[in-house]
Amino acid sequence: MAEAETSIPIPEELVREPVSEVGQMSQWKLMRLRFARNRLAMTGLIGLAVMYVVVFLGPFLAPNDYMYQNTDYIFGQPNSITFIGPDGRFSLRPYTYEIATVLDEQSFKFVFIENRDKKVPIRFFVRGDPYTLFGFIKSDVHLFDVDRPQRFYLLGADELGRDMFARILMGGQVSMTIGLVGVALGIILGSIMGTASGYWGGLTDDVMQRIIELIMSFPTVPLWAALAAALPPISATFTALHRYFLITVILSLVGWTGLARQLRAKVMAYRQSDFVQAALAAGASDARIIFVHMLPNAASHIIVVAALAIPNMILGETALSFLGLGILPPLVSWGALLKSAQQVAVVVQHPWLMIPGIAVVITVLFFSFLGDGLRDAVDPYSI
Amino acid sequence: MARYILRRSGYMFVTLIFVALIGFLIIELPPGSYLEFEIARLRQLGGDMAPDQIRALEIRYGVNDPIYLKFWKWFSGFVRGDFGRSFEHRLPVSELLWERLGFTVLISVLTMIFSWVVSIIVGVYSATHRYTIPDYAITVLQFIGLSVPNFLLALVLMVFAQQVLGMEVGGLFSGAYRNAPWSLAKFVDLLKHLWIPILVIGASGTAWLSRVMRGNLLDVLNMQYVQTARAKGLPERTVIWKHAVRNALHPLVMVLGMSLPGIISGETVVAIVLNMPTTGPLYFRALLQQDMYLAVTFLMFLAVLLLIGNLLADILLAWLDPRIRFE
Repeated sequence: MAEAETSIPIPEELVREPVSEVGQMSQWKLMRLRFARNRLAMTGLIGLAVMYVVVFLGPFLAPNDYMYQNTDYIFGQPNSITFIGPDGRFSLRPYTYEIATVLDEQSFKFVFIENRDKKVPIRFFVRGDPYTLFGFIKSDVHLFDVDRPQRFYLLGADELGRDMFARILMGGQVSMTIGLVGVALGIILGSIMGTASGYWGGLTDDVMQRIIELIMSFPTVPLWAALAAALPPISATFTALHRYFLITVILSLVGWTGLARQLRAKVMAYRQSDFVQAALAAGASDARIIFVHMLPNAASHIIVVAALAIPNMILGETALSFLGLGILPPLVSWGALLKSAQQVAVVVQHPWLMIPGIAVVITVLFFSFLGDGLRDAVDPYSI
Repeated sequence: MARYILRRSGYMFVTLIFVALIGFLIIELPPGSYLEFEIARLRQLGGDMAPDQIRALEIRYGVNDPIYLKFWKWFSGFVRGDFGRSFEHRLPVSELLWERLGFTVLISVLTMIFSWVVSIIVGVYSATHRYTIPDYAITVLQFIGLSVPNFLLALVLMVFAQQVLGMEVGGLFSGAYRNAPWSLAKFVDLLKHLWIPILVIGASGTAWLSRVMRGNLLDVLNMQYVQTARAKGLPERTVIWKHAVRNALHPLVMVLGMSLPGIISGETVVAIVLNMPTTGPLYFRALLQQDMYLAVTFLMFLAVLLLIGNLLADILLAWLDPRIRFE
């Protein structure tokens, strides 16, 4: 074919004319181009990339260790930053104020007042609490901090005087990965179950569909909670990290059903298609048909379903941890941080305890943008 | 139609038996029992139990029975309406269950109605005003509605109601009516409190359903029969509501069953923040305290609620769409 085409003489002016390359692009390249054109989706992608970098550099970016308890700054408010130096003129170096603890005589609570006359310089790349980055880089240099004895609280402190900024970044490491790991497990389970169900049909299909219906007939959060309550308590042999992994397993145990259903429909459609019939006639094995002919075709679909499932997993983890059934100390997650903001009275007095919620909303929003963008990008009929 | 309903109900009962089995297994899974919890508490207070006493209690509650026997004891009782006793509250589970379940059903049904009405209106509006500023605003709201955890929304709304509207927040009744017998005034008081939970629980479902509605209607509006209706000179209102919307509603009924788990799950979580007398707070507490009969009964009834909702959704769909009932 190709030779026959080239042998036809083509007029010179037609050859010079710029030709759209669209016809020669691979399916994946077309998807990439369609995705890159979607501004919302690109916002999601770049935003998430930035957030992942920030949360994993957390110990370096935050001035305090996330476990450091400051009994002198319980429920302390965020420190303010000013660019007016002690000499009253603009300075490039930011300053904060000295904190004075005063007993409020009406409520008999300690309140923290910034002494506007005493400015404390914020220094960059200073030594402070030691930390380990990515599990192997040991350091004690922080991006910014103030001179001791003062500590700097960008987003205030919690009920034990711990730095909310550091805790939100550390919580992000858990909250932003639990969805990914959970969805990865869900994809594996869902792909196996869905493909088997759609490919073999008959009794296999019936049994699988009944199992899926059974799982779907439980309300999700109560079921997750029941499973999470069955996990053993934190001990030397069962650490918070083990719990983290089992929580992801629990989230994916319920989450795979949707993917399995969608994949089953896809596989059933492919089974009737000409290319699978041809492969069957050529004597291809089941494994070859599934792995070489069907799964590559369904790959883009799987990615979309996975991307759209991540927000639900993140919200699920947040709800579980909020109830005290998810991530437990010493690990933190955004949901676990929000646990201390359960009462209106607390939130009204210490509104900065709600900031982890904003982090959840932004992350979920970005993942939704990303998922929607992917869905539109893989749809060959979209313009 | 009757045959379809019968077959579907039969399915539901089989599913229920499996739900009971799995639910019981999960709740029974954690090592230890409420009895051990109680003994530990007594020891902490300085008291103790004689080994004989412990053994007597173990036999009475069947703590050391094999699991299939435990299941059979509980399940046979469950069918007869005896749900066992709550260890923590020292009451039969049924006394704790019905009122709370009633409120859960009430709130779930109202939330469902709310989210349907709102999402149809919003969906139709944004489909007929596509790419206008209100449509973009609605899209933004929909995205936010889907990304805010419902308990967070509950907190924000409560702070708003307390600080700006000056309302007494939390619970379903004001203090004066909480333990009062039912009266018109108490009912009005209930209505005043209901809007927050309905808004909070319905938010994400409404955001999603209105998105579905918008998409459906846009598809239908492109069809030729809509063009024909317009060409006949029908007023736009009739074209939209009589011709287009009716056909666009159909896929919405199909996802009706899918929106139920969200509402029931949402209700249980939000109830904790809003301090509502529904199933949620008691259920999660029972899980943490290993008060197993209470937990398993609540889980069971939440699943029953979901199954009945799904059954009704399927029947509604079959009634609307003859292709399904003659399948």
